[in-house]
Amino acid sequence: MEMIQGVQIDLISAERLDRLTAMEKIRLILDDVMEGNIVILEKGLAPDEQSKLIEITMREIAPDGFSGIEMETYPIRDAGNGFLAKLLGGKRSETRLTVIGPANQLKTLKKEKDLISAWVSSSR
Amino acid sequence: MTFLVRTKRKISGLLKALFKKRTCRIGIYGPPNAGKTTLANRIVRDWVGDAVGPVSEVPHETRRVRRKEDITITGQNGSSITIDIVDTPGVTTKIDYNEFIEFGIEKEEAVKRAREATEGVAEAMHWLREDIDGVIYMLDSTLDPFQQVNIMLVGIIESRKLPVLIVANKNDLPDASPARIKSAFPQHPVIAISGLEGNNVEELYEQMTSYFG
Ligand SMILES: Nc1nc2c(ncn2[C@@H]2O[C@H](COP(=O)(O)OP(=O)(O)O)[C@@H](O)[C@H]2O)c(=O)[nH]1
Ligand SMILES: [Mg+2]
Repeated sequence: MEMIQGVQIDLISAERLDRLTAMEKIRLILDDVMEGNIVILEKGLAPDEQSKLIEITMREIAPDGFSGIEMETYPIRDAGNGFLAKLLGGKRSETRLTVIGPANQLKTLKKEKDLISAWVSSSR
Repeated sequence: MTFLVRTKRKISGLLKALFKKRTCRIGIYGPPNAGKTTLANRIVRDWVGDAVGPVSEVPHETRRVRRKEDITITGQNGSSITIDIVDTPGVTTKIDYNEFIEFGIEKEEAVKRAREATEGVAEAMHWLREDIDGVIYMLDSTLDPFQQVNIMLVGIIESRKLPVLIVANKNDLPDASPARIKSAFPQHPVIAISGLEGNNVEELYEQMTSYFG
């Protein structure tokens, strides 16, 4: 697990996301990512939420500080049996797994991406 | 002129303004450096005679949304539309002022540009949610179209049920691949052009008159 040394990954379940308003979701994600953490959403954001996420990300960018986000989505096929699904309580979801991280840690996120892909594909 | 006549004129003017259908606003969206301003300038030059804004190889040259009103475009088949062209800053999820420093720009100016660029992106997103009626989504066809930001933006545009024409730009370059763009967005018409050289822009104008008409 050398790859993930020093990086905190926070998983947010679909259930929790469902209970939040658009702004609460965006705040939760950005506050976490701005601390240097990587956030995994069990359920993807709606297009309007994505649009607002971009807008608010832009407002938070500061010289020599936060420089924005990197975001990837992954389709979930067998979410019901996967490691991640078990971790999140085995709730099945058709929506896409979304990984969001700080843009200046792109390299880390790329590595994490492989790891996350591995988690997703190991479910088959 | 009597008061009554003046009032009458005012009222009829108001009524006209009220009932005149607002001109269709077509936003040009896409990542930085796709060639949005180059195309906006070409459209305006071809149909009106002046320009929208400066073009540059430095990303984020366009840091404000710019609108050019009442452009009438006529297709080869003779049908025409009148639109406003809205040139937008390139949409991205990250901006670092060091990007500008790499182009030899001083730190102070780079920081200023970065801040303007972030405001411009936020503005462009706002326009998309509130004020845009159709989209030309521009991509540099020498680059990978499967970037998350493109998938996300096209998804946002689709969710707003706006008509979208995808432009595979820079088809004058040897490694241009409009086919790759077609495979990324099979649900929308894709038109390969060179905004710089003018290759195939007639086809784009034709499509615009039927698609946004
Ligand atoms: N080869 C080629 N270069 C282009 C074309 N369109 C734009 N460019 C160049 O791409 C760079 C970015 O263009 P610009 O219009 O400022 O892109 P924008 O950021 O999307 O507005 C400039 O150096 C342009 O000259 C094209 O069709 N072919
Ligand atoms: Mg531009």
